[in-house]
Amino acid sequence: MKYEDAVATYDPALGIEVHVELGTATKMFDDAPNTFGGSANENTTPTSLGLPGALPVVNRMAIEYAIRIGLALGCQIAESCRFARKNYFYPDLAKNFQTSQADEPIAFDGSIDVELEDGTIVPVAIERAHMEEDAGKNTHVGGASGRIHGADHSLVDYNRAGVPLVEIVTHPITGVGDRAPEVAAAYVRTLRDIFRALGVSEARMEQGNVRADINVSLRKDADAPLGTRTETKNVNSFRSIDRAVRYEIARQAEILDQGGAIVQETRHFHESDGSTSSGRPKSDADDYRYFPEPDLVPVAPSRDWVEEIRAGLPELPAARRRRLLDDWGISELEIRDIINAGLLDPVEATVVAGATPDAARKWWMGEIARVAKQREVEADGLATPANVAELQQLIDDGKLNDKLARKVLAGVVEGRGTPSQVMEADGLQIVEDTGALEAAVDEAIAANPDVVEKIRGGKMQAVGALMGPIMKATRGQADAGTAREMILARING
Amino acid sequence: MADAAAITAGQVEHLAELARIAMTSEELEKTAGDLNEILANVARVAEVATDDVPATSHPIPLTNVLRDDVVGSPLTAEQALSGAPASEDGKFLVPQILGED
Repeated sequence: MKYEDAVATYDPALGIEVHVELGTATKMFDDAPNTFGGSANENTTPTSLGLPGALPVVNRMAIEYAIRIGLALGCQIAESCRFARKNYFYPDLAKNFQTSQADEPIAFDGSIDVELEDGTIVPVAIERAHMEEDAGKNTHVGGASGRIHGADHSLVDYNRAGVPLVEIVTHPITGVGDRAPEVAAAYVRTLRDIFRALGVSEARMEQGNVRADINVSLRKDADAPLGTRTETKNVNSFRSIDRAVRYEIARQAEILDQGGAIVQETRHFHESDGSTSSGRPKSDADDYRYFPEPDLVPVAPSRDWVEEIRAGLPELPAARRRRLLDDWGISELEIRDIINAGLLDPVEATVVAGATPDAARKWWMGEIARVAKQREVEADGLATPANVAELQQLIDDGKLNDKLARKVLAGVVEGRGTPSQVMEADGLQIVEDTGALEAAVDEAIAANPDVVEKIRGGKMQAVGALMGPIMKATRGQADAGTAREMILARING
Repeated sequence: MADAAAITAGQVEHLAELARIAMTSEELEKTAGDLNEILANVARVAEVATDDVPATSHPIPLTNVLRDDVVGSPLTAEQALSGAPASEDGKFLVPQILGED
């Protein structure tokens, strides 16, 4: 069924579970390094390998990061919470259980505002944020393209086993209709931006630092009870989240239209064609027999500690955006473009360094972004905010025009110094020596009597024909406005 | 008390399956009987537990045993793999995983 028809007939509901890997130095329950990459099984201890007798100890920083996340999401922070064992057999965790939190999450009852591209605000209620550990990585050998089916055996790397995770679970998100795919993607993007602002994770989707499980269900109308849901696991980019939700809504609508029933199951998303396929049905396999982890005592964050963490929270992305909109007087669309380009930090720093918001935005979003794209590098590595502010100052002082400024910028990008240094080294400064400019003007007038006649006859646009030779004579460093005034004064004066 | 919470052979079978333990029907019956006996004994605790005694998971009133986020000495890959029955490319080799894709 077409997506448009599906959302015309059914009311979708979403539930999103986001896992974020915390950027602590060590793992959740042991002091093995928490680093990405490296060779296999070099970041383990007896605890992350689940060896008999090894005991876990909770990482204080991981608790602090989890509290930061909870507070940023407007959650209550538990007075006391326990860890629990989630029992299952799978070789990605050597213990045969994952240490998680069951009925006592560290944070609960929150809400965040998610802003869509057109500025629409969708509030999303957060049910809970709890702490747990990541699992190791399996590689399936012998089957087609690394899949389990047909594999002879699997290889396990436990470097990631025990890396601290916070899982954030929403209440059902309803009432968003045909915008459900966009809302799902925007929600995860909002969380990603918050994680980065809080400094709790690099939050790189492509490295799997942030992973989303997306629950989708349909019902006939907003008054009906929620329908049976499916859970599409591990969707790892904003675009994939949008596509996965879109696909599930259309797929479920078609089944319901034909009188069928939705099977509650986990599903896998396929990047290649944007489809999802059946994983396993929810069944006995999900009987995890949670029980309190006997090897870990409860975590009871003191209210003083929580308030200290709250006081130290940085400005969050939404508040920052509102502040800059007020301060800068630019449009919603302009600031969204800057944010989407990932250039809000350098633009703001450039304004702090003295440039106007318009000038800062123009340089970063224009010439610098263009050069970055051409070189396939990050724009904020090409020049410093101080460089850009100085460059704009040289223009404002009349020492450079836009064209010369771009040449100066190229020198800065090549690492040849500050804008002033490049300008002086290359002799790019606008010619202020009126003698040299006058000589160039006189020469151009003498060499082009026919053009002069046209100007005398009132064809003012013919002035342009004299600018070429003048710019050539002054190596592009003449100020166009001054030259034009001189030409008109000579001819008509 | 014990009757209300009686464990059936069916429940034991379910648990055995979750725990990947193969049991005969005689074993299931016997285990259910054993578990019921244990529960009946433990149930006597309920007689002394009053409303002002909350359920607890940890016998010692201890909280916040936390460590600083400082890297220690991890095992080398060789050490990590030294107890593994089989390994390949520096990774633990496990038998074919069935079921989920």
